Amino acid sequence: MTFKRPTSAGLIALAAGLLTATAACAEPTVNKGDNAWMLTSTVLVLLMTIPGLALFYGGLVRSKNMLSVLMQVFYTVCIVVVLYALFGYSLAFTGGSDYIGGLSKAFMSGVTTDSKAATFSIDANISELVYFCFQMTFAAITPALIVGAFAERMKFAAVVLFVPLWLICVYLPISHMVWYWAGPDAISEAAKAVAAAADAAAKTAAQAKLDEVNADAGWLFKVGAIDFAGGTVVHINAGIAGLVGALLIGKRIGYGKELMAPHSLTMSMIGASLLWVGWFGFNAGSNLEASGGAALAMSNSFVATAAAALSWMFAEWIVKGHPSVLGALSGAVAGLVAVTPAAGYSGIMGALVLGLVAGVVCLIACTAVKNAIGYDDSLDVFGVHCIGGIVGAIGTGILVNPDLGGTGVMNYETGKAAYDFAGQMMSQLKAVGFTLVWSGIISAVLYKIVDVIVGLRVTAEKEREGLDVTEHTERAYNM
Amino acid sequence: MKIVMAIIKPFKLEEVRDALTAIGVHGLTVTEVKGYGRQKGHTEIYRGAEYAVSFLPKIKLEVAVASDQVDKTIEAITNAAKTGQIGDGKIFVIGLDHAVRIRTGEADAAAL
Repeated sequence: MTFKRPTSAGLIALAAGLLTATAACAEPTVNKGDNAWMLTSTVLVLLMTIPGLALFYGGLVRSKNMLSVLMQVFYTVCIVVVLYALFGYSLAFTGGSDYIGGLSKAFMSGVTTDSKAATFSIDANISELVYFCFQMTFAAITPALIVGAFAERMKFAAVVLFVPLWLICVYLPISHMVWYWAGPDAISEAAKAVAAAADAAAKTAAQAKLDEVNADAGWLFKVGAIDFAGGTVVHINAGIAGLVGALLIGKRIGYGKELMAPHSLTMSMIGASLLWVGWFGFNAGSNLEASGGAALAMSNSFVATAAAALSWMFAEWIVKGHPSVLGALSGAVAGLVAVTPAAGYSGIMGALVLGLVAGVVCLIACTAVKNAIGYDDSLDVFGVHCIGGIVGAIGTGILVNPDLGGTGVMNYETGKAAYDFAGQMMSQLKAVGFTLVWSGIISAVLYKIVDVIVGLRVTAEKEREGLDVTEHTERAYNM
Repeated sequence: MKIVMAIIKPFKLEEVRDALTAIGVHGLTVTEVKGYGRQKGHTEIYRGAEYAVSFLPKIKLEVAVASDQVDKTIEAITNAAKTGQIGDGKIFVIGLDHAVRIRTGEADAAAL
């Protein structure tokens, strides 16, 4: 059988047909590959919390309190999921003010299987429902991180009240301020309209439209702060709230005198490993597309983590005389925290250096600094998440520099990535400072309110006996 | 009748059991305990928390013997459990008033 070579007329007709077809398909569609990746990422982030974080934290407390930690984490996921669907998503990701969104999507109204959410690329969308689920898992893990700070002495009823209040008053506003924007399509279209405007009147109108689109974003986003996957929104936020809680609730009975060794570092290792695996959903998924950017975030999440685990382990070996499992695990988590804001912006070598630094800085924060100040942050939420998050946020401002292998910061009006060291550092510091103040102060107020309503701390007798039996009437181990 | 109670290093248990079987002692009770005497503990470090742990894991074994068997029993345990290092343990001899075998109801010497 022979194939006739197509005639040139036939080829021209084919080309014309394809051109018309592409022009007609200007309406952005949802890419199934991107959607598939985001559906997967969402589940990975859930895995980070249950059972990753739950076991990591659980193994670190005494066996009489294991269930209380598991319960507080599990409850947090459940309550946040419900509230996020009811109104959380709407408050975070609709337009409203610079500080918080509105209720236009409360009860998920208007969000259907056809609804789309923007990514960081023009003409590339994902299903809005998957974006909603993805963001929901972030909203769940952030308050779950906090419980580590006041572990082994907080009433469960206090946690039940505190988590939803904190979600509404602290997390939703900050996630709105850092991450809410109009999307690349809206900005780029408005910018093109300005360029294409024929006369002065049209230009003014188009410019006004562009200004409106740019204004439709959270305050910290407009300030220029970059936070790829939540160094500020999740880690600094939870870390400072944890510290405030630990300070307000007071130290555990016997802290500094009695043996409070982790009851199962084996469980902690399982938890920390699940955290690392799940974190690829957290960081690489924050790219919102299954593109090279996601692969960069994945690469950085490998390298920074490993570097930080090693730097903590070796630093501990040199200073204390022995390398410890808890040190290696904590180092890895510190590296993951630090690379979270930088994952999609930093070059791989930059991420490696970031990890090395984060491991050592967090080791110092969790040992020398903590003991010098003398506060009882049971599971080092502040030392790892807040300090690690600050290292990461500042590091992101440095490492996004294209000269250091970074991606630069994309300007959707010009379509080009740019970098200005002083300006970027200022933006990063503003975001860090604001988050510390907003979360710190409002968390303190919320703890006080909860204290008045149900009381924060269990009685000394219950603390001695253990929260599992006294708060939950269960034993973790019946052997 | 006496109860011979010995606190020994955990890894010595099998050796002591074999030595006791060799002298005709056919039953004993073992408990996992913690304790210290002259053996120093160790330091455990968990991030910022350093603990001086003085309690060390030991094995306590108890065996009921006839009074005329006590010396042989002590000798067997001592020879098997000794390492020559601090922390080898101690043996206590406690008076035993009655003993009963539950299955048959045999008492005292017949129960041992």
